[in-house]
Amino acid sequence: MTAELSSPGRASAAQGLRNPWVAFLIRRLSWLVVSLWVVVTAAFLMIQLVPGDPVRAALGTSAPAELVQARRESLGLDDPLPTQYWNHLRSVLTGDFGTSMTTDLPVSQLVGDRLPTTVTLAALSFVVIILIAVPLGVTIAVLTRGARWRGGELAFTSASVVVAAIPEFLLAVGLVYVFAVTLGWFPVAGGDGMGAWVLPVASLSIGPAAVIARIVRVEVLAVLGQDFVRTARAKRLPPWRIYARHALPNALTATLTLTGLLLTGLVAGTVLVENVFALQGLGSTIVQSILQKDYPVVQGIVLVYGALVLLVNLVVDLVLAALDPRSTIREA
Amino acid sequence: MRSRRWMRVVTTPSGAVAVALLVLVIGLAILAPIIWGDAASEVNDSAPVQGPSSAHWAGTDALGRDIFYRVLVATRLSIELAVMASLLGVVVGTVVGTAPSVLPRWAGRWVSSAVNIAVAFPSLLLVLFFAVVFGVGTTGAVLAIGLAFAPGFARLTQTLSAAVVGRDFVAAARVAGVGRLRILVRHVLPNIGEPLVVNATINAGQALLAFAGLSFLGIGVQAPSYDWGRLLGEGLTQIYVNPAAALAPAVAVVIAGLAFNLLGETAAAVIGVRTGPTRSGPLPATPGRDEPIDASGDQPVLAVENLHVAFPRDGRWATPVRGISFAVRPGEFVGVVGESGSGKSVTALAVSRLIEHPGVVTADRLDFAGVPMLSTPERELRPLLGTSLAMVFQDPTTSFNPTRRVGRQLAEVAEQHQDLRRGPALARAVDRLRAVRIAAAERRAGQYPHEFSGGMRQRAMIGMGLMGTPKLVIADEPTTALDVTVQGQILRLLSEVRAETDAAILLISHDITVVAQTCSRILVMYAGRIVEDLPAADLTRTPRHPYTKALLAVVPDLATDREQPLVAIAGRPPAPEQIPAGCAFAARCPLADERCRTDDPALVQVAQLHRVACWHADDQHDQGTMG
Ligand code: SF4
Repeated sequence: MTAELSSPGRASAAQGLRNPWVAFLIRRLSWLVVSLWVVVTAAFLMIQLVPGDPVRAALGTSAPAELVQARRESLGLDDPLPTQYWNHLRSVLTGDFGTSMTTDLPVSQLVGDRLPTTVTLAALSFVVIILIAVPLGVTIAVLTRGARWRGGELAFTSASVVVAAIPEFLLAVGLVYVFAVTLGWFPVAGGDGMGAWVLPVASLSIGPAAVIARIVRVEVLAVLGQDFVRTARAKRLPPWRIYARHALPNALTATLTLTGLLLTGLVAGTVLVENVFALQGLGSTIVQSILQKDYPVVQGIVLVYGALVLLVNLVVDLVLAALDPRSTIREA
Repeated sequence: MRSRRWMRVVTTPSGAVAVALLVLVIGLAILAPIIWGDAASEVNDSAPVQGPSSAHWAGTDALGRDIFYRVLVATRLSIELAVMASLLGVVVGTVVGTAPSVLPRWAGRWVSSAVNIAVAFPSLLLVLFFAVVFGVGTTGAVLAIGLAFAPGFARLTQTLSAAVVGRDFVAAARVAGVGRLRILVRHVLPNIGEPLVVNATINAGQALLAFAGLSFLGIGVQAPSYDWGRLLGEGLTQIYVNPAAALAPAVAVVIAGLAFNLLGETAAAVIGVRTGPTRSGPLPATPGRDEPIDASGDQPVLAVENLHVAFPRDGRWATPVRGISFAVRPGEFVGVVGESGSGKSVTALAVSRLIEHPGVVTADRLDFAGVPMLSTPERELRPLLGTSLAMVFQDPTTSFNPTRRVGRQLAEVAEQHQDLRRGPALARAVDRLRAVRIAAAERRAGQYPHEFSGGMRQRAMIGMGLMGTPKLVIADEPTTALDVTVQGQILRLLSEVRAETDAAILLISHDITVVAQTCSRILVMYAGRIVEDLPAADLTRTPRHPYTKALLAVVPDLATDREQPLVAIAGRPPAPEQIPAGCAFAARCPLADERCRTDDPALVQVAQLHRVACWHADDQHDQGTMG
């Protein structure tokens, strides 16, 4: 991806440095490296900050002292702090996240098992949110532009405030009650096939869809008030063409900035939703591990979450830069 | 004044609902444990996990305890914890957020970078992170949620205080040698207090939800204490037997969360924006006053009689255009001149059918190329207007869509109205760009508007109008946003367009020099009326209206370039919602008398091709010739 995006500046190194794209990528990637370093360090400090002895806490008060000591040694907890930090950095860079204290499985294997569920859940929800929110937001914007239909505007804004205020796990409980318990259409928990995804995805999507629809509406209204939309009207284009060709693309660029927040919020939302529906993803695993005090697993998943969030932000920034021809990135 | 604004929050419907909910929730938090505390913890082994009944409205839990009472009693702990956590977040956030403005520069930069990294992570992930550090349990959860919310609040504080710090009074205080901490406490914090309070309210709602989530996961409140989240977690395991056990706490969380959120959002809306437009009464009557336009000669391209434009504003109708009549004949170059606010731009938009709801356009006659525009459906007008009426707007920078290539924006017209396919339409666009003297038109067509210079963009805009075969070009202040050096080019280009295509041109400008030099006929507008209509040749020789004369007087000499600063006409034109009775110019007119202040003069013919709206047009003329 990097090579592709910087291709205009490949000609020579000197030219490359002057190419705004290269400068932007260097800036953006160094920010990523710094953030990743912060995440890795935070994950390291997390264990150090745990009150008391993490191994004793994990194994319980009844565990024999020799076992605790052996574990401490295998985790390197008795080494001086700088050594521990250095070892931590080295093993993370080589993809070694340690071993679970409860199952003795490598954390990387555990994460590899659980990651697909979480990513699928978040990705499906993202698609559903966009498919609902964008058309809804545009429609409401068109219907309520220029203070037409104030009743509709009021109804939409209040409804979206209410819906957005319901967190995903409560929505999940409500949906389970209606569609799983009362109607029996979908399984409460577990189950396979597409049916098992419907309720989790719905509970993750409805709230953000309301928020995004509201933002899309505001953005579309703002764009509709711009001079170039008046120009499009002066060209006597039919309304649908003005909305589709001129208003929507511009409104979406603005909305895209928020997609990063949306996606990272979804990653967090999966934690609770996985727990409601007993899905075996990263979220349910981290909660179990926190309760069992299985710190290597917690640490590994924290790293993965952190990396996911940073990656999403990076991708959104790159897409934004590529889409917007005015983008300061190229002109800077 | 502040307290009155907060009162307004309460009087909005959503604000009232929010306050009512909040009172209910806080009332329960205080009273419920006192009243139902014992009932809620009463164990009943004989009735475990029962559904709702008259004795137990929401059924019982595994130990036979009444779930409804437990939900009510849990209000106190849930609210307490949420408020504590959000207070912690607000305090830490404010301290961290204002730190950069007090700390040495390098330290401040470190703090901001740390905040920037932290806000990239959703708060729930931060909560989990801190929950590990502080351990499972109530105290750990309060610390975790509080600290997780701090970065977002810090960012908000930073943004808000950065805006305040840039303001004059802070700069003045700094120049006066006031210390940074003192500036922060005395000047910055008081000015960002209101939005901070609003956001803290919304934050409290979110902390409540986060807490419910954490307890639900088993990481927050631990037995035997219970909050809504724990009740929910316990209830979910029995959802088949007794759904109410899960639904009751869920509903409680939603109501309480909504109370905080709604209050915050309403307050933000009320404090942030002015109240929306209220209903305006019926449209004012629009009697025609001016003489009908001269119907002899060729059919005019544009015929306007008694045109009115009204916009609702604060419950009244503002009327930027108040009954004007004029005609533009084929090939004519008509200038419309007047101060800003005289209604000339609104006239341009109205005659091109570009006034949007809620604006209202009425006229006895508004014909373009013989087609009545007010009574013909827009769909039928589109092909005609799209090819025959060209618009050139004031600011070419904002009038092009920034995200589409210039060529495509021109080609769109041909695709829409001339049934050309993409390729030929683009070819025509390139040809039109060439016609408006854009060098390397082919390459330029593939560029985005921001790659063009201002003058070039305006020429491209004119080229866009030439995609069809315009009968009329309406140019609204086409040179105002441009460099003086390119103004002449644009005006020359318009003259050439007129000469080559025989299109009529309606040039709107606030600059009487511009219209005098380029136009053949001039309409002078004041406060939504045409006050004088005369051939350009007569402008300097026989102007009759005092306003026209005043406009001319500000220009030292039409022939020489303006080097001295212009003397503005004393006073201001009336606002379109406060038009006085009588002549609108009376307040600024040296000749005004009693009649001028009570009766509005109509625009009447005073000589061949010369119309004036002034009671004293003749005396003045006499005075002018005699003196
Ligand atoms: S009508 Fe009276 S006030 Fe109005 S311009 Fe003429 S003289 Fe002046």
